[in-house]
Amino acid sequence: MTTPTVGTAGSAEWRIAASVLDPEVPVLTIEDLGILRSVDVDAGGVVTVTITPTYSGCPAMEAIRDDILAAFTAAGRDAVRVEFVLSPAWTTDWMTETGRRRLEEYGVAPPARGGERLAGPGAVAITLSVRCPQCGSPDTRELSRFGSTACKSLWVCSSCREPFDHFKTI
Amino acid sequence: MTTVLAGYVLALADDALVAAQRMGEWIARAPQIEEDVALGNIALDLLGQARSLLTYAGSLHTPVRTEDDLAYLRDEHEFRNVHLVERPNGDFGVAMARLLVLSTYQCELYDRLRTSTDPTLAAVAAKAVKEVDYHRDHATQWVLRLGDGTEESRHRMQAALDAEWPFVAELFDGSYVDAALLGAGAAVDPGGLRPAFDHRIAGVVAEATLTLPDVGPAAGGGRRGEHTEAMAPLLDELQGVARAHPGATW
Repeated sequence: MTTPTVGTAGSAEWRIAASVLDPEVPVLTIEDLGILRSVDVDAGGVVTVTITPTYSGCPAMEAIRDDILAAFTAAGRDAVRVEFVLSPAWTTDWMTETGRRRLEEYGVAPPARGGERLAGPGAVAITLSVRCPQCGSPDTRELSRFGSTACKSLWVCSSCREPFDHFKTI
Repeated sequence: MTTVLAGYVLALADDALVAAQRMGEWIARAPQIEEDVALGNIALDLLGQARSLLTYAGSLHTPVRTEDDLAYLRDEHEFRNVHLVERPNGDFGVAMARLLVLSTYQCELYDRLRTSTDPTLAAVAAKAVKEVDYHRDHATQWVLRLGDGTEESRHRMQAALDAEWPFVAELFDGSYVDAALLGAGAAVDPGGLRPAFDHRIAGVVAEATLTLPDVGPAAGGGRRGEHTEAMAPLLDELQGVARAHPGATW
């Protein structure tokens, strides 16, 4: 598996970019989500932030780009570019441990691990039980394979009867 | 080489774009609200794939054309999509039959295109294959449920499959793919995808207690810019606003 970040993590510029929240799941930063790929600074001080979409049609990419630019402006930095890359393709395996915890606290069941292995027509997805983020019960069922955004499916808990979102494993 | 590559990319892009447009027509008309959401999400995935491919195809033009130029300002004969995706929406069974065919084909296509020697196509494919695999799974579940369901649902699912089947062959007609692209390992010969497609479809059809249609292929011609009468109204709706207000941004 390709690591989600390169050697730029930890720099001041990285921290600025990493503070930006995902507009659809506003408890996750773009770093938590694993879509922040790199932050490079060239000799002239120009910052290039590279992000990747979760899904090809993710409508939040433009909003995220604007939020990144705004975060740098707020930090007094104007020479910033945001680039989009498709490769390597994002996988939920890139979500950080912090991100998974924050998702669950927010009421969204985090993805299973091993999304990377599921790509392609030959792959066989083994759906393990998804734990209810409200009451912790494993007695849940899928209501719809598609949820409020491309990255989520809709579930309901048979114990506490609450519906909840599950971040799809890809 | 650049021109033939642009033509190839455009064919893949137009399949996704036109399928997304038709799929989007289902929103607020699906049998359940969950299905509105599902079909909306599938359309969005297809639109995202189309945008990446259109942007790439446009970048191969001199001068460069944007994704909007290609989506909104081409005329009917310049579109390279297959007829399957432009056909008018029928009942929900038709939608699922068509989605099963399209996503099964796209799944095999993008799986192979992941190893294309063209890095942009390989990147789009690696992203898209995960999405269309999910679409295929969704369509499969509905075909099974409707086929192996009530007498009425079974009858309509079979009728849907029979109606769409003549449009399958065009997906696998590789005459539009330049030999140089295949030789360079940039493109995939769609004809080579047919055995895997047939195998998968036969499995679903059998499990759904349906019968594989025994009908000949329709005339085709979409890859050459020849379209059915359904295409003009579709483009009218897709392009109307952009053409009425040239240069507008939103």
